[in-house]
Amino acid sequence: MRRHQTRTAYTFLLVPLLFFLIVRFLPTLSALRLSLFDWNILKEQQPFVGTDNYQRLLTDGKFAQALKNTALYTVIGVPVQIALGLLVALLLNKIRALRGVFRALYFAPYVTPIVAAAWVWQWLFSPQFGPVNTFLVWLHIPPQNFLTSPDQALATTAALVVWQNLGFQVVLFLAGLSAIPRSYYEAAEIDGAGSSQAFWKITWPLLNPTIVFSVVTGTIAYLQLFTQVVNLNFTDQGGPLGSTTTVALYIYQLAFGRFQMGYASAITVVLFVIILAITLVQLRFLTRRYDL
Amino acid sequence: MNKVLALALGLSLASASAAPVTLTYWQYEYASKVDAMNDLIKKFEAANPDIKIKQETFPYDAYSQKVASSVPAGQGPDVVNLYYGWLPQYVDAGYLQPLPAKEFPTATIDSTYAPMVKTSKMDGKYYALPTAVRTLALFYNKDLFKQAGIAQPPRTWEDLIADGQKIVKGAPPRYTTLGFGIQPDGQDYHVLREVLVRQFGGQPYGKDGKTVTYDSAAGTKAMTFYTDLQTKYKLGVPNFFPGNNSYRDAFIAGKVGMIIDGSFAINTIKDGAKFNWGVAPLPVLASNPNEKDNFGSYWVNGITKNAKGDKLDAAVKFLKFLTSADTQRYWLENVGEIPASRSLAADPNLLKNPVYGPFIASLPYASSTVFVDEAGQRKAWVDAINTVLLKGAKPADAVKQAAADEQKILNSYYK
Repeated sequence: MRRHQTRTAYTFLLVPLLFFLIVRFLPTLSALRLSLFDWNILKEQQPFVGTDNYQRLLTDGKFAQALKNTALYTVIGVPVQIALGLLVALLLNKIRALRGVFRALYFAPYVTPIVAAAWVWQWLFSPQFGPVNTFLVWLHIPPQNFLTSPDQALATTAALVVWQNLGFQVVLFLAGLSAIPRSYYEAAEIDGAGSSQAFWKITWPLLNPTIVFSVVTGTIAYLQLFTQVVNLNFTDQGGPLGSTTTVALYIYQLAFGRFQMGYASAITVVLFVIILAITLVQLRFLTRRYDL
Repeated sequence: MNKVLALALGLSLASASAAPVTLTYWQYEYASKVDAMNDLIKKFEAANPDIKIKQETFPYDAYSQKVASSVPAGQGPDVVNLYYGWLPQYVDAGYLQPLPAKEFPTATIDSTYAPMVKTSKMDGKYYALPTAVRTLALFYNKDLFKQAGIAQPPRTWEDLIADGQKIVKGAPPRYTTLGFGIQPDGQDYHVLREVLVRQFGGQPYGKDGKTVTYDSAAGTKAMTFYTDLQTKYKLGVPNFFPGNNSYRDAFIAGKVGMIIDGSFAINTIKDGAKFNWGVAPLPVLASNPNEKDNFGSYWVNGITKNAKGDKLDAAVKFLKFLTSADTQRYWLENVGEIPASRSLAADPNLLKNPVYGPFIASLPYASSTVFVDEAGQRKAWVDAINTVLLKGAKPADAVKQAAADEQKILNSYYK
């Protein structure tokens, strides 16, 4: 009986497994194969070039710039997103009235289509007509160029991504917080612990799984950043002088703008290896067991 | 597998030889073009009851991907609409059939089409032909000109600067009205490459289009002049309005004195602008007033390798129809693109038209660039211009950088 049930379970699990094999793993492997060819979709011949595409990467300044931008997005975006999310979640946890309303307000950007959000962002930060500059001028700060400046475009784009993800982050932390039993805080209060002690000794360690999850999934999302960058900057070329171009956007430009599939595939392989390595390191060092 | 298909196809053809031939036609989604094509197809089918045409369209952003990915798959259209700058890639891929010389004699095409169409001739053969072509001209806001006390649109670049300075309001970056809607990645980079470089006495490319020749004194002067419009004369800034057609949207909103745009923008501006506007030919340099130049571009229709036998005959008929004088006239009236044939473009009534006239008058001296990687070549120029505008680089260095980047792209194609 038991064995029969197990077999049934495996049979059902086979379906998604096959699905993933066909739509996920096969294309991934074929990208690996493509990366060894000079595969231009519009050429009659697709010659085998071995590691040429990978060697070209080493001297490609645009790839280096895209990699640097992607790293910047990640080191800015992930910590800011998590810190802000935690702060808002703690504040929301303190209030009773209107908590649902606030939570909905924070969550709204997350479910707004990115194209619409990007359009709003362009107007907000428009150097000429944007309310942000109007406010700066009112404060006697000189108006800024934001998205049209090679130095500020990346930060302005990162701000949009953080703003969009914040709602999801808040909901995640609220769930993590509600899983911590109230009795721990009551016990700490009886032992004479202050609120900062309670936070560092109880909340922080017990939120560890939520934080690890946020860091890992957040890092992966930022390393693959694409949609916001395309929609926020003009003519999907990225910001001025490639200042906001991510690795994913660079892959897109090469593969679908210029039909250089082989070279673009080589970059996808490199990006995959980078993401895998970073994720493994994070999981290895961030996961801790706390004994209370 | 292919044998089975061929057999099935053979059987179906044998059993249904009297059935009509169905051709698939592809173009990108642009409302006025799609509507015009639907009307034309109705006309063509009425005259040729044994041929059916099926039009399929795709969003502009995805169009080149869609066509490119249909090439290796051996599927897709029988007759296809392509940007002229993509032709070398598609001809090399063996995607297009050369037009049959009996129906489309090369010498006749050479002498009856606008000169820029020669760009589509490869190894002495034509692979595709346009119905209409586009050139550039200056759109100007008559109301803003009147308010600034200017009676005439500028004839020279010097006039353009003077007029722009009278119109512009506000200080960078908080302009409220622009004198000139500068936008390097709009049509401006074409003006710089194909117009200003020539007017300053240079040549942008070698005869065969395989070498760049603008890394010269003329190239530097052209780059200096163009970037000065923003940095020195403060006539405006790029991306004044959000979005991809920033300069055009801002002009339509009545916030810009002048923009340089293509004839394809006429209908959009006509529909949107709530003020008096006019069109003037591209300016010339006061020091070199006889050197008139323009950048011409066009979309062509070609016959793909999918069209064989009856389909090929039908496709040739359809292409003849698409390039006929009647169709060209219809296209001008309904889409606003100017006729590709010299005789129509020399029609005095058209030349006198206040809107189309300046575009048509520039046909004899409009050059078309032989692009091999249009997206890459555009990026090389736009980045170079931006190093001057945003990083304060020297124009000479920017021209050198553009030349190096573009030459690299040309070399990798012609190797």
